[in-house]
Amino acid sequence: MSNTLVALVEDKPGVLDRVASLFRRRSFNIKSLTVGHTENPGISRMTIVMDSSNPEDAHRVITYLYKLINVIQVDNLAEKPTISRDLAMIKVKVNGNNRTEVMQLVDVFRARIVDVANDSLVVEITGNEEKIDGFAEVLRPYGIIEMVRTGVVAMARGSTPLYKFNGNGHVKQQSIV
Amino acid sequence: MKRTGAQILWETLLREGVEVVFGYPGGANLPIYDAMPNYPIRHILARHEQGATHMADGYARASGRVGVVLVTSGPGATNTVTGIATAMMDSSPIVVITGQVPSKLIGYDAFQEVDMTGITLPITKHNYLVTDVNELGRVLREAFYIASSGRPGPVLIDIAKDAQQAATEWEPDTQPIILQGYRPEKRVNEDEIIRVSEMIHAAKRPVILAGAGILRSNAVEELRQLAEIAQIPVGVTLMGIGSFPANHDLHLGYMGMHGEAWVNKAIQQSDLILALGMRFSDRVTGNIKNFAKNAQKIHIDIDNTELNKNVKVDLALNGDLKNTLKRILPYLKRMDHSSWLEEIDEIARDSRRRDIQNKNNVNELLAAHVIYDLWKYTQGESLICTDVGQHQMWTAQYYKFNKPYRFITSGGLGTMGFGLPAAIGAKVARPNDEVWVIAGDGGFQMTQAELATLRQENIKMNIAVINNGYLGMVRQWQEFFYEKRYAGTPIISPDFVKIAEAHGHQGIRVTQRSEVESAIQRARTESGTILLDFRVRPEDSVYPMVPSGANLDEMIRRPEEEIIS
Repeated sequence: MSNTLVALVEDKPGVLDRVASLFRRRSFNIKSLTVGHTENPGISRMTIVMDSSNPEDAHRVITYLYKLINVIQVDNLAEKPTISRDLAMIKVKVNGNNRTEVMQLVDVFRARIVDVANDSLVVEITGNEEKIDGFAEVLRPYGIIEMVRTGVVAMARGSTPLYKFNGNGHVKQQSIV
Repeated sequence: MKRTGAQILWETLLREGVEVVFGYPGGANLPIYDAMPNYPIRHILARHEQGATHMADGYARASGRVGVVLVTSGPGATNTVTGIATAMMDSSPIVVITGQVPSKLIGYDAFQEVDMTGITLPITKHNYLVTDVNELGRVLREAFYIASSGRPGPVLIDIAKDAQQAATEWEPDTQPIILQGYRPEKRVNEDEIIRVSEMIHAAKRPVILAGAGILRSNAVEELRQLAEIAQIPVGVTLMGIGSFPANHDLHLGYMGMHGEAWVNKAIQQSDLILALGMRFSDRVTGNIKNFAKNAQKIHIDIDNTELNKNVKVDLALNGDLKNTLKRILPYLKRMDHSSWLEEIDEIARDSRRRDIQNKNNVNELLAAHVIYDLWKYTQGESLICTDVGQHQMWTAQYYKFNKPYRFITSGGLGTMGFGLPAAIGAKVARPNDEVWVIAGDGGFQMTQAELATLRQENIKMNIAVINNGYLGMVRQWQEFFYEKRYAGTPIISPDFVKIAEAHGHQGIRVTQRSEVESAIQRARTESGTILLDFRVRPEDSVYPMVPSGANLDEMIRRPEEEIIS
């Protein structure tokens, strides 16, 4: 399994650049990177899937990430039971003959149709990467016109959060690598 | 009170204890320069922004305080890049303040606009772009804090011209700085401390490798105590020179590519390596696969990313050296390693026989002799700033430093042109010290223009140019590895005596060893700057040498016929 890093970062200009630049500088590749707000204003959360499953690589990246002043905390979810989700929208070619067939596949995969046209459907699907890869494979014979994916977001299972906020609003470090 | 950005900048610098800035004015930092005369901070005008940056770096290394650079946008800013990268590689705390075009023009390719925070992202510890005057005071304080804490390094602040000009209500902030993503204080736990002492007690052939971290952490005394109690010989890296007294019985010497042969051999034959504040650079380890294969390795460093990076170690401790060593000392038993020390002494005997200092009756001047004599006639007490190349390695070998903080050199980046400007910064930091620049004829010319800075600022400098008519270290590589095809390495230099004179200094040419002493003494006694142009043997090489990628104990030695007098 690929190393999936979750990084809490300050929501400031240029932070994404610093993180991405670090991977380039140290010759690591990113499979996917997503970033968005958290429940705390001023703090963003990145989910970074590395193009490497080697724990030593993850360890190196994490220590370098900690050197970035704007990075508050980093965890490697490969070490924990995790839920990960990717969202895809797939525009697939259909005609009168096979429309029902495609709609059945959509049901089987628990995806959703979000746009219907005479000769195409846009299907939205959420799940882990394998599920979406699998769904895209079964749609491929019908003709995929275009596909967009958000990249993986991930969260550890159970009630323990990756991080806690103390009274000052500062994140309290749980684990220093 | 109402303050402009420029005023906030100078007042904050004063509060940070800044006494001097090294700079160069231009369009995008004019508001800052305009406010400067109202504040008791000395300004030193460099002749090139690279020089200004090396000066701040030399100042920081000589004083242990933050060096400050003030330059304009565009080319003024990009000229600092080499100096910033040099400071980054050698963990030197500097704050570089660059002017930026007005914020409404940023992104429109305005005159002298360059993306300075983008350019310096990988070569600064952190950087800032300030477009709002209300952020300036906080950013400056953070910059000094980040530059000087943890593993020190350069911080750049790019300030838009309108933020320098704008006025705002401002009160000095005295609250402690809290950065949620930056925790420079690291503490090693007690189990690890005990584990270190156990490993030391179990070792029969231990070696300490001391790096610049000892100096940065001010742990010289703790290192000495540790070595003495446990009777462990101490090898030093290039950057660690001075961290352990050269005249101490347990001082092994300088290690690495041009290190002493017995040091490298002792490392290879050791059973315990205690690496303190060093980073296992490729210049230090040789072939990493065969580096000290039979040794247990302990690594202590403030920077977590250095642990298990180049060399996998048995015990890695992430912490401040002074604090960590202090806590190890009470656990240490007195050890006796006399047979190991005798064994090393036996290895060293061959090196002593090969030493070029044994060869006296040569008709030409040898660089190694010049540097040895400089050490002798300055009683090893000078503050030495070198450039980069052969002379740098000979200085590491033959100038013996018994005291710390007297050797300043560009190690990690290997920046030619570093010597003279760094020495200017060092002399400004420690005006009562005797400061020498040792430079080659190649590197000296890269920043030679700073001779004019010496004159304008009335700074006394002693300069030894080791002039061999070649870019000597590269020529040496061509001799050893490219069958003596000296492509691009012969260099025709100007008359350095006249260059010195043209800048209002004195110059003396030295061609014989018999003239060396009087020239050095003359430089020391003159009140003004003197440049000594030492015309040394053109094709001389630094020995021993571990070829790039070879095992640490596989060294090229000086040919026997060159040694016998």
